[in-house]
Amino acid sequence: MGPLVPDIIGNELNFVVALFIGIAFGFILEQAGFSTSKKLVGLFYGYDFTVLRVFFTAGVTAMIGVVAMGHFGLLDVNLIYVNPTFLHSALLGGFIMGLGFVIGGYCPGTSFVGAAIGKIDGWIFIAGSFIGVLIFAEAYPLLEGVYKAGFWGYPRLFETLGISQSLFAFLLVFVAVGAFWATTLIENKVNGKPNPQFSPVRIYLGLTGIALLIGLSAFILPDRQEAFHNTVSDPTFVQNYPLKEMSPDELAFRLMDNDKNLRIIDVRSPAEFEKFKLPKSLSLTSKNLFEKDFAKLLNLNGKINVFVADDELTAKQAAVIADKLGYVDIRLLTGGLQQFRKDILNFTKPDTALNRREADTFRFRERAKNQIPILIEQNKETGAIKKTSKRVIGGC
Amino acid sequence: MNPTKYMNPYLAGFFLGLLLLLTIYITGRGLGASGAVKSALVAGVETVTPGHAGSATFYKEYLTEHDNAPLKNWLVFEVIGVLIGAFLSGLVSNRLNLTLEHSPKIKPRTRVIGALLGGLLFGLGAQLGRGCTSGAALSGMGVMSTGGIFTMLAIFGGAYAFAYFFRKMWI
Repeated sequence: MGPLVPDIIGNELNFVVALFIGIAFGFILEQAGFSTSKKLVGLFYGYDFTVLRVFFTAGVTAMIGVVAMGHFGLLDVNLIYVNPTFLHSALLGGFIMGLGFVIGGYCPGTSFVGAAIGKIDGWIFIAGSFIGVLIFAEAYPLLEGVYKAGFWGYPRLFETLGISQSLFAFLLVFVAVGAFWATTLIENKVNGKPNPQFSPVRIYLGLTGIALLIGLSAFILPDRQEAFHNTVSDPTFVQNYPLKEMSPDELAFRLMDNDKNLRIIDVRSPAEFEKFKLPKSLSLTSKNLFEKDFAKLLNLNGKINVFVADDELTAKQAAVIADKLGYVDIRLLTGGLQQFRKDILNFTKPDTALNRREADTFRFRERAKNQIPILIEQNKETGAIKKTSKRVIGGC
Repeated sequence: MNPTKYMNPYLAGFFLGLLLLLTIYITGRGLGASGAVKSALVAGVETVTPGHAGSATFYKEYLTEHDNAPLKNWLVFEVIGVLIGAFLSGLVSNRLNLTLEHSPKIKPRTRVIGALLGGLLFGLGAQLGRGCTSGAALSGMGVMSTGGIFTMLAIFGGAYAFAYFFRKMWI
């Protein structure tokens, strides 16, 4: 599951990756014509909308790709870098950059591209951007207020707008196609003739159709997470699903034995978990099961993961998802924590035992009843979720 | 030899989008450019006036965040790649040419001042906006970041708003 850095590709190798990605980036930008300022500012005067076409196509392609890879569980979207939103500086900075764009004819990336093929104005633009960063750095104490104002966190635009991700992606594809069509009309009018590069039109109509179909399919198909949740929402299906179980007695024994291989996966709400938790337990929701962090955690060899909740069904729903996701050594606490409380924590010994075995069990439960609350008390401070992977730090 | 024609913009955009997607898949972060200027500048200031770099907030914060090795930065390597890649592209398409490109209606000096001033504003704005057209606008759009898309709208909005006043430089 992506991102591959830092687990599969180390941080040092990542610099080599950066170099190769840069080479591809520079090559594509130059091939698209981003090495000439005349072409870059064309969209602001209506004679050449290349920038808009390249930019919007790239943005939409990457966006659909990210949605699709997240959808099929190939990429943990929770770990990728999402630019933070600082409303004031985003708008003010953007506005200043816009002014710089029409005066300088480049943006930083394209100025490197221009400079690389010998554009002197590209080199001068780069020199100018050094001065700009220097001014910002020196004036930082003055600008810090604006720079840090209006912090909204790390929202994604569909969240800000309160619509679903698929709907937003679909709308954006629509806006992009509309923009391509409208700007071609403007361009033809300004230049007085159509651009022969964009005929025959039916190829473009065909591609648009495919893009819209892909967008539409993302709209209709539920994502992986949703599909799993739908499967486990049927109680009969969950009840009949074969899973290994662990009895309250065995769990109590393993706890008292301080079994190193035992891990309890507590799927109750974090608030309930805080109030009462067994030793060796981890709080997680069924949503966490889809994250890369827990994939690493649950895949540790030799550990037995016992799923618990107040009732057996809730725990089993999460356990079924985990089993379907391919995790091994999953157990279910028979009867849930309710049964555990009844059999162990609040055990009252019946007056008579039917046979010797039952008498042994009763004796064991009496002992567990005394010991386990001590263990719970000792482990009060541990067991909080420890996230190992953090969001990637990125940005300019 | 005449330069080769530019690539179809939609095809170029598609390739660029795939590259951005690959970048996100491998590294978890997007593409960028202005960040490399920042790294190089901090490294330069640190070399020239270590005392200043150690005391002024901006440099201090940056150096702490980057383990005192400002040039050991993903974007620095990426931008070196951009220079190589663009050079190779210019080579294969016969576009390597040392020129100062400007509209015939303006003097070379005007273009020099424009490029310098434009670069200055872009450098300043990219720091304020936490990214430029690559890091904030394009990569931000790829991950649908609200901040990135706002910055993108502000860049293009700002450029359209000011375009009229600088039209003589281009048309």
